[in-house]
Amino acid sequence: MSLEVINLVKRYDTQQAVDQISFVAPTGKITGFLGPNGAGKSTTLKIATGFIRPTSGDILVNDISVTHNPMSVKKTVGYLPEHNPLYLEMYVREYLDFIGKAYGMDRKSRYQRIHELLDLCGLTIEKHKKLKMLSKGYRQRVGLAKALMSDPSVLILDEPTTGLDPNQIVEIRNVIKTIAHEKTVILSTHIMQEVEALCDKLVIIHRGKLVADDSLAHLQRKSSNQLGLSVQFDAPIDPDLFRSLKGIISLEVKSDHQLIITSKSERLRQEVLAVITEHNLPLITIKNVGGSLEEIFQKLTTEEGEAEL
Amino acid sequence: MIAVMMKEINEFLYSIIAYLVIGVFLIGVSIVLWVLPETSLLEYGYASMEPLFSIGPYLFMFLIPAITMKSFAEEKRSGTIELLYTLPLTSRAIVLGKFLAASLLVFFSLLPTLVYYYSIYQLGNPPGNLDTSGIVGAYFGLFFLGSVFASIGIFSSSITENQIVSFVVGALLCFISYEGFTTLARIDLWVSWAYYIEYFGIMFHYNAMSKGVIDLLNLTYFVGFIIIMLLATHYSLEARK
Repeated sequence: MSLEVINLVKRYDTQQAVDQISFVAPTGKITGFLGPNGAGKSTTLKIATGFIRPTSGDILVNDISVTHNPMSVKKTVGYLPEHNPLYLEMYVREYLDFIGKAYGMDRKSRYQRIHELLDLCGLTIEKHKKLKMLSKGYRQRVGLAKALMSDPSVLILDEPTTGLDPNQIVEIRNVIKTIAHEKTVILSTHIMQEVEALCDKLVIIHRGKLVADDSLAHLQRKSSNQLGLSVQFDAPIDPDLFRSLKGIISLEVKSDHQLIITSKSERLRQEVLAVITEHNLPLITIKNVGGSLEEIFQKLTTEEGEAEL
Repeated sequence: MIAVMMKEINEFLYSIIAYLVIGVFLIGVSIVLWVLPETSLLEYGYASMEPLFSIGPYLFMFLIPAITMKSFAEEKRSGTIELLYTLPLTSRAIVLGKFLAASLLVFFSLLPTLVYYYSIYQLGNPPGNLDTSGIVGAYFGLFFLGSVFASIGIFSSSITENQIVSFVVGALLCFISYEGFTTLARIDLWVSWAYYIEYFGIMFHYNAMSKGVIDLLNLTYFVGFIIIMLLATHYSLEARK
């Protein structure tokens, strides 16, 4: 049970939308699928759901080829497309019922599943409304409920939280987290916090090419072999106290209250703390700088980044 | 297929277009049949439903493309086509479901006109003095004609995401396939081929059916026409991939 992309290529006339991508989204994990706008994320997901055909290559969903047997793949996949298209004239329940019918569910299991999903996605109070009456956040929930209707083993979510307010984002994320066990989830996004909050694994593409395929922690470690700390004090201190640290690369004095120290030493944090306790300095905060996901993303998806890697 | 058909029927019921189309059709037919002095049955002197069957195709020519113009064009424009084609539904089920819903609407727009049959039946002198078998054949003809127009409308909806374009192309194709061939056949240039050219038009087969003869050949023509249009729809949608 997994989703496997093999040498996928999609060409539109002259434009190469997806260029030789291969990766695996394992079961039981949430795979973050990242890339700048127009990188080929949605195209890849549209191929995975059988909406468009690849120029060459294939995607295996639970070992079934989407090019050879799209109908079997469609049965196992739950899909929330980008922009979440909906039949706006339909009522919430009616819409989910139609989806259930399309999956060949019988009346009883449809009824039961709709009941569960309304509850899970927080739609119960809106269940008698027409979809066009719903706010964007609720429409997104309906889209998610639609993707979950057949209780699919593979869930493909294309930017599930775009356009939502912070509370709604948290709620949708919680729903995704709740259901992610024992399912294969692929989540495309360009919101880095989302990846940090949800994903176990990261796949980054840029201009149709794969630039990273790794676990989140591993990527963060790989992206910078140096460690940076921002240290803030309650009172002015003497920055020279830290100059003697082992492996230090730079010491940036932000103000007489704040320092930014970068070092090759893996024990930088302990060493800094040792200095602080030794001199009894009035510490307020220590936090890591650099190696954040934004930086990794920028590094991998800009021209300089390409040259570097 | 049933799921798609039911969805389409519900969409018709939610949108004003279905009511409008059926309403305009019935009003149009009623005016021609009972009010306009040139065609009114009360002035005509014969118990016949002829005006219904001669005006019907021309009303359908505009009304059916109006029903079907949404069919695929709107799904494409709003992106819901992606929903439809990523559900475990075959392309055949989707196209056929939409077609059946549209021809069912044609059926329901014809149903109320049976009242006229009853009225004319009673008005005849003596009552019942009218060509019932001819009328049955003509009803079948009109239903098949409407279904052919529906398949044409669905095809023209599949080639664009603009409903207006879909409507105009649909109405034009309906007109050409109904009357175009017959008109074309009248040109002196290919007078020896006239019969065969006319044979391609819907009018030829519709008129044959209106005489009350339900010939297998005419039926094959209508069904074949529908299958060709639906296949064309299927391929025009496949091309998007």
